[in-house]
Amino acid sequence: MPSVTRRVLLGTTVSSLAMGSVEGRADDTTPTISAAPAPGSPGAMDIALQINGNQVPLVVDPRTTLLDALREQIGLTGTKKGCDRGSCGACTVHIDGRRVLSCLTLAARVQGKAITTIEGLTSGDVLHPVQAAFLHHDGYQCGYCTPGQIMSAVALIKEGHTRSDAEIREWMSGNICRCGAYPNIVAAIRDAAQRS
Amino acid sequence: MQAFHLSQPNSLDAALAAARSHGAKFIAGGTDLMQLLKDNIEVPTELVDLERVGLSSIQADASELRLGAMARMSDAAVHPDVRAGWPAIVQALEASASPQVRNMGTIGGNLLQRTRCGYFRDTGFACNKREPGSGCPAIAGENRLMAILGGSDHCIATHPSDLAVALTALDAMVTLHGINGERRVPIADFYRLPADTPHIETILQPGEMITAVTVRASGAARNSHYLKLRDRASFEFALVSVAVGLDQRDGVIEHALLAAGGVGTRPWRLPQVEAALRGKALEDAVFGDASSIAAGGASPAQQNGFKRILLQRAVFRALQMASA
Amino acid sequence: MAFIGQGLDRVDGRLKVTGGAQYAAEFRVPDLVHAVLVQSTIGAGAITGFSLAAAQSMPGVLTIITPENALKLHAESNLPQAIRAPLLQDMDVHYNGQHVAVVVAEALEQADAAAARVRVQYRRDEPITSMDAVLDQAYLPKSFRNGERPADSRRGDPDGAFTAAQVKLDAVYVTPIEHHNPMEPHATIARWDGNQLTVWTATQGISGTQQSLAALFGIDPKDVRVICPYVGGGFGCKGNTWPPATLAAMAAKLVGRPVKLAVTRAQMFTSNGYRPRTVQSLRFAADQQGHLVSMRHDGISQMSQPVLGEFAEPVGLATEMLYACPNVAVTHRLVATNAPLPTYMRAPGEASGNFALESAIDELAVALKQNPLDFRMRNYAEQDPHENKPFASKALRECYRQGAEAFGWSRRPSEPRAMRDGNVLIGWGMATSTYPTHRMAANAYVRVNADGTALVQVGTQDLGTGTYTVMSQIAADELGLPVQRIHLELGDSRFPHAPVSGGSMTVASVGPAIKTACQAVRAKLSNDGDTNVALPELLARRNMPSVEASSEAKSGEEQKRYSMHAFGAQFAEVRVDADLGEIRVSRYVGAFDGGRIINTKTARSQLIGGIVFGIGMALLEETHVDGETGRVVNANVSEYLMPVNADIPDIQAILVPNDELVSNSLGAKGIGELPMVGVAAAVANAVYHATGVRVRKLPIRIEDLLV
Repeated sequence: MPSVTRRVLLGTTVSSLAMGSVEGRADDTTPTISAAPAPGSPGAMDIALQINGNQVPLVVDPRTTLLDALREQIGLTGTKKGCDRGSCGACTVHIDGRRVLSCLTLAARVQGKAITTIEGLTSGDVLHPVQAAFLHHDGYQCGYCTPGQIMSAVALIKEGHTRSDAEIREWMSGNICRCGAYPNIVAAIRDAAQRS
Repeated sequence: MQAFHLSQPNSLDAALAAARSHGAKFIAGGTDLMQLLKDNIEVPTELVDLERVGLSSIQADASELRLGAMARMSDAAVHPDVRAGWPAIVQALEASASPQVRNMGTIGGNLLQRTRCGYFRDTGFACNKREPGSGCPAIAGENRLMAILGGSDHCIATHPSDLAVALTALDAMVTLHGINGERRVPIADFYRLPADTPHIETILQPGEMITAVTVRASGAARNSHYLKLRDRASFEFALVSVAVGLDQRDGVIEHALLAAGGVGTRPWRLPQVEAALRGKALEDAVFGDASSIAAGGASPAQQNGFKRILLQRAVFRALQMASA
Repeated sequence: MAFIGQGLDRVDGRLKVTGGAQYAAEFRVPDLVHAVLVQSTIGAGAITGFSLAAAQSMPGVLTIITPENALKLHAESNLPQAIRAPLLQDMDVHYNGQHVAVVVAEALEQADAAAARVRVQYRRDEPITSMDAVLDQAYLPKSFRNGERPADSRRGDPDGAFTAAQVKLDAVYVTPIEHHNPMEPHATIARWDGNQLTVWTATQGISGTQQSLAALFGIDPKDVRVICPYVGGGFGCKGNTWPPATLAAMAAKLVGRPVKLAVTRAQMFTSNGYRPRTVQSLRFAADQQGHLVSMRHDGISQMSQPVLGEFAEPVGLATEMLYACPNVAVTHRLVATNAPLPTYMRAPGEASGNFALESAIDELAVALKQNPLDFRMRNYAEQDPHENKPFASKALRECYRQGAEAFGWSRRPSEPRAMRDGNVLIGWGMATSTYPTHRMAANAYVRVNADGTALVQVGTQDLGTGTYTVMSQIAADELGLPVQRIHLELGDSRFPHAPVSGGSMTVASVGPAIKTACQAVRAKLSNDGDTNVALPELLARRNMPSVEASSEAKSGEEQKRYSMHAFGAQFAEVRVDADLGEIRVSRYVGAFDGGRIINTKTARSQLIGGIVFGIGMALLEETHVDGETGRVVNANVSEYLMPVNADIPDIQAILVPNDELVSNSLGAKGIGELPMVGVAAAVANAVYHATGVRVRKLPIRIEDLLV
């Protein structure tokens, strides 16, 4: 079975994958980018995904969702698994510029498409305006739904659904925040939309 | 999710050929099928990806709207011609699920989504729809969300689609493709009642797929409305919904089209209400009389009797909105 | 210099908005394999056998753990945080959805597929699926509040006073089973190195997890390391060491490789507790002037089978102390069912009990034809009438005043159905909120470096409440350093011990520990004359690279002398479609006395978040259990409805100033749970005001209002 070497993965994607553990903590688990664990299933597929501008070769089980490919194989854990059934929005990513749910997307079906995750939003050290607005308006608490909220918000602004707070609320309703940061999320989006 | 082979054909013919194998299943947007796969409700051995077969065009002219089966819900909803000529369809789409789901979900897939019945969606329960003959615990169980119309002793699961309700009201036609070619059927004939075969939900034959949906242009379609009622303000399936199209001249109803969602085991056309409106004045008294018979034939379970009243009131409100 | 009181951005904010914050399932551990739980499909009985051949032979499967081959654990250990069943130690089935096996495979997809192919044979007993059918079998809790106090209390002669009273209310209020559903499902990565265990786990209590796992596996707590830098919400369901964490460690031991076990969303409904259903009977009475003369609050809450542990929803505690009433009786009872063990869920007891209490107060005000706010003021408790002690502080009067003013309460028409906008009826309701100020002993380590930076380590955890940020502010003020120079570490059991993050007590417990450790650092450097000299300067003078100190802080005599509570006033506006019954909260004001506020920005988020949680409780949330099988029917977040953005209006959260420093050295009263207490009652009271319909059960649904 063809497999991807660790080196190929590292060489192509390490910059966008840099996720870092929290400073000074868990020294023995500082993330290393490991190649896809060969699923070992009959029918494993050799694919390549275009993630945050990088071409990432992978071996996936046909069942592997984009979400699990990102989190378990590629090491991009910013995209979150909240319900794994399309009901919470925590796994929201952009595919060809549109916000979609990575938990309901088979990895093998999105070859050749431009995939953007939360890690691809930042340019260098500079936060995307929506990220900065979430930070300033405290548009989160635990932070687990936050990447999905931000990916959704970036798309929402592009879609033009910021004409009123009511419109923002309705078009952000695919992203559940159990900490209840909704009013701050709306404020952040309103602010970011005005700046963009 | 059980193992399957994924095929990714580049044409309709290739997809139809791939679907000939036993245990094959088409996947379009995947928003429902992926859930069913993960919950081991569907266990195909061959998954036929429709992403590359086209079928995603949206065309409208003076006589007809044609939605390709692979058109995304969100693309149909923002299409200016659809918004102008068939507002109930747009409103039904925008009231569906979430923006992310609508960016993925397709027109054809939406019509084939399966019930949200919690007993059906959990293999830890018996379910006649999933395993014929195993029983229906919903009938005596948690049935607040279940259907009050069209149920049987075998199944009372509600059809979940909003779009299908709007299309049912507007007399849409569904185009099907199989290895034996193409056929077109009225959407009213597309869905089956559960009767004693709740596992068979549509007239689709094995290997057959929806390729398009067409809807006539009409005054009623142009003046149509979709009202959806639910506990949560958004991102929830309908408790009760009503699609209505009204064609009126000089304050008299020439033509009324109505269908309801959240209440039936399939999208529920309301012909008796339509008949009660035809030729009558466009006024609340008429709406009141017509809506009072909207739930005729309903047989609620223990927890969902309120849907009968709610349906009547929703019909009344939807008529008011469409005539405003 | 005062960082305390500022609305600083979160110090961990950048990591959260970039996806860099690492939650339990996200640590990269080499050689990792995946475990998936298998759960029972019957509600009561016993396992008689397993058919494992099909699952065992599937690709990638390493092992399937059942009670027949599970590690024997020291399940007799009796630590409060350790959940001792179901841990595959016997074949009994006590509820539907109980863990009965664990499948371990190389890849997640493989473990998941094989788990679905495990077949279990059962002997089926008849499960008790609903408490309502067996209320007559209610029993006294064995260890109410861990034995800290009796389950019942009484002062005066409530029954006699009720009989004699002129204005009475006798009503039953019901709250449903609710699930915490944090956005991050519980997950654990477990790795053994010889006899040493490391777990990366989603927990509200790393210390408790360390102690629990050590006890269950019969090893020294020093040999268990628990790492948890970020928690994706807890709300109580990550407070105990629930079986999935233990089973992950067991699986890792059995396969000899690190194991990741992430609980699925469906499994979250039977894996880590829930808020139990309650049936509460209230008998309240007042005199004609509106003075409460009798309050009787009899609460029954749903339990699992007693063999699984005990949890009683303490619904009556606020009833004891919130109003000045001479005759009060409170009881707590349990009813055993075939359900999982319930647990703490955000404002346990307070939230569900307050719905009954503050609805009843509203009903009495209606009966008296008094403004509900005036009625509450008339019965204001100047001191704790239950403990007969002064409050350390109580700014509730000011909460009422500021909240009412911001809301415009004085313009409220007294009659229901008096405000209308087209088809929509509008109603205004209010409720009082209170939550006790808890505190437990905590420790902290502080090191100040000559370069002007400081390291603070404490074995607490940040559930999203802002712990990283507020503790940095506390340290910065105490050390006289800029907050940016404070490096705060938490979430590792190697750091000094701190209590579970529950009971809204983290700031009150951990804050003083950091404060005293900082003071100890300064004491090591300061002589009498140089208390105003900056610490880096003192280090330079002494030519020292750094100075460090550890310290413990705990409560003292003040707990005996004072009653300590936070307070609040909740004001809700609802819009109800007069014909269609759809209910939406359209405006909300909450004013809170949470003591001294360390960070106004994160505090406001807490308050808003609690109100949102309460709106869910009022209108949306309910776990539906099948009456025949005891199986949850809506074990997902599509049909278990939590508020989405469109449900939530503008919320004004007012921080009522209170500079009291009696409760603890920071004056923090805790604000995690306070804001959700009273929301359901405020909404229910507003629904009554809008429609004239009194709903005494939650959630309030469309069908309740189709009159």
